[in-house]
Amino acid sequence: MSIFSTKKSWINLTIWVLIIAFIIAAPSLLPVFRLNLLGRYLSLSIVALGVDLIWGFTGMLSLGQGIFFALGGYCAAMFLQLNSAGEFPNGIPEFFGLYGVEKLPFFWEPFKSSIFTFISIWLLPAIISGLLGYLVFRNRIKGVYFSILTQAALLVFFNFFNGQQKLINGTNGLKTDVTQLFGQMVGSEIMQRWFFWISAILVILAWFFARWIVRDRFGNVLIGIRDDEARVRFTGYNPVIFKTIIFSIAGGLAGISGALYTVQSGIVSPQFMTVPFSIEMVIWVAVGGRGTLLGAILGAVLINYAKSLVSEALPASWMFIQGGLFILVVTALPEGVLGWIRKDGPKKLLFLIGINKKLETYPSLEVNEQGEVKS
Amino acid sequence: MQLILESLFNGVAIGSVLLVAALGLAIVFGLMGVINLAHGELMMLGAYATYITQLIFKQVSFLKPFYDSYVIVAIGIAFLVSGTVGILLERTVIRRLYGSPLETLLATWGVSLILQQFVRSVPLAYGSGLVIALFFGLFAPLVVSDELLQGAKGKLIRASTWGISALLGVATGGLLSSLVSKLSRASARNVDVTAPSWMRGGIDFVGITFPKTRLLIILITLISVLVVIFFLDKTAWGMRIRAVTQNRPMSDCLGISTETVDIITFGIGSGLAGVAGVAVSLLGSVGPNVGGNYIVGCFMVVVLGGVGNLLGTILASFSIGIMTDLIGAGRLLTIWPEMPSPLYSTIDFFATTSMARVMIFALIVIFLQFRPTGMFPQKGRMVES
Repeated sequence: MSIFSTKKSWINLTIWVLIIAFIIAAPSLLPVFRLNLLGRYLSLSIVALGVDLIWGFTGMLSLGQGIFFALGGYCAAMFLQLNSAGEFPNGIPEFFGLYGVEKLPFFWEPFKSSIFTFISIWLLPAIISGLLGYLVFRNRIKGVYFSILTQAALLVFFNFFNGQQKLINGTNGLKTDVTQLFGQMVGSEIMQRWFFWISAILVILAWFFARWIVRDRFGNVLIGIRDDEARVRFTGYNPVIFKTIIFSIAGGLAGISGALYTVQSGIVSPQFMTVPFSIEMVIWVAVGGRGTLLGAILGAVLINYAKSLVSEALPASWMFIQGGLFILVVTALPEGVLGWIRKDGPKKLLFLIGINKKLETYPSLEVNEQGEVKS
Repeated sequence: MQLILESLFNGVAIGSVLLVAALGLAIVFGLMGVINLAHGELMMLGAYATYITQLIFKQVSFLKPFYDSYVIVAIGIAFLVSGTVGILLERTVIRRLYGSPLETLLATWGVSLILQQFVRSVPLAYGSGLVIALFFGLFAPLVVSDELLQGAKGKLIRASTWGISALLGVATGGLLSSLVSKLSRASARNVDVTAPSWMRGGIDFVGITFPKTRLLIILITLISVLVVIFFLDKTAWGMRIRAVTQNRPMSDCLGISTETVDIITFGIGSGLAGVAGVAVSLLGSVGPNVGGNYIVGCFMVVVLGGVGNLLGTILASFSIGIMTDLIGAGRLLTIWPEMPSPLYSTIDFFATTSMARVMIFALIVIFLQFRPTGMFPQKGRMVES
């Protein structure tokens, strides 16, 4: 069976070619500022994929993905800071001097190695989320309790990172845009262009990875857990293992996303671990369409784009719009935009306002006593 | 001894703010399984209501002699304001989402964003006008007799009550903004509630000074808890609320209007958030984000205390309060200076307010490893419980 045998595959191929052409050409099409924004939003869509995996497919609403996002960012930033710390006194990053620290804290040491950093960016958040998840899932804590606990964990990490000036520069965060990588400034135009391409490629890889996870039997178990966890348990599966694995995968994706976002925005700070940011991640998925991977990506990119446009024009109104989106999407569009389209929503809407005729056929028509068809 | 007493007092003071804030949350969560992320913003509305009440007492000539008692009036007003907004929230959003707690959580977060931005960008005078319009609009049908509300004429009457309420609201807004110039402009800046003279200073007792504001907050909490217990245990509607909490479908079958129970419970829960707002406004300055500082603590109280159990809520808030004071203020080190040095340095590391939070949340997660459903779990035989 050839993959190019049907019309649909040709359409798919065309879409892919267009996407790749856009990614290659984007740096020359868009102004630097917009390109940088698009790169950031693409990296955010990776964390949205993770949220979709745990919430859309497994039914666990985590309000603490910011933890893993920020951890990935901190890993990248620590490496970059060390990489360009040679010229500073004691050979350690500059900010340590402000607090009179002369010796590098021990946990900074391994981040001198680039290989360790590239592994830790995804592995460290994955391990921590796996551990946290295991402790929670083992006790069958779920639903809103799980959400509240993840939010509490988020605040724990936020307070910790915010308060420790001497270890990780506390509330000021770590700057990356003036650090060096491969002899180039990270904030320079060339580096930013590469980061854009890397983000775009990683989004596609993450999408394939997530699709591979949910298409298999593993994905079926996840959906089973979402719909009826007790029944899954009685069938002989252990939900704890599945939930831990998927939560840890989502944590790893969040870490990658955070690292990419950090190098493109030029700073990582405890602000990545605030409560509103982590809940925003959920709304990207909710609007795009939970349970649809493409929806998560589109939701993250489009909502953030809308946010930057609206905030530039009318700064005060974004909170109203965002709040309204939260309410609207859960009351009127529980499937999200993509889910609504896939369920023939537009056709029904056109029918409702009287533009289209109803084309659906019925297995049988309802009739009243006189034999007339009920309208 | 003195140290222990002082520590205990501070702990109880912190705990009582948590308790009055978490009380409403716990009742609503116990009854409807709904986590209301806008609870903090309802507290914020209560705090702003206190501020507005204070300004009115200061500016309006015939109320001036009673300025000292504005706090007591503010408690009632804050209860009504937050309760009204809460009931509106229940009627418009939460009612559509029963049975899906996670969706409710997201929707209430949206509401909280809107409320925060609302107090930033709408002048407080017109904001209070809107609340008054809602208050009369929502409660007018309860006063008008049922017969009048039937049929086509009923619709007209309903519409006209809303119209009258809207007019009342506009009138209030205009009146307030002309009377009190501070309320006529929108401002994102924090405002301060000044305590009346009789609440300043402290009471000396066995060599310790107890600040009067904290004593008043403890008193407010005590009264709120007693009233809630009385309401739930001794009144007919309280009994219905308990019945619905225990078994919703069965209560429905026995003729209890679960819809009314939901409205009443949500109104009371939100109103208690308003009362908590009064307490919060006495402790520090009031801003759009004031609720967010307390809300996670409240969630922890509910999770730790267990669902649908007031005793659990009370114990949980006081233990969190006392722990916060012991760890955060470094009091453990003063009480027991000769503790072994590794322990000493660990506790010293956590001896700030934010690090104490880290420690306490970690302790709660550890506690939940042994008692996953809180201190006093609900007993049941369901698989999903």
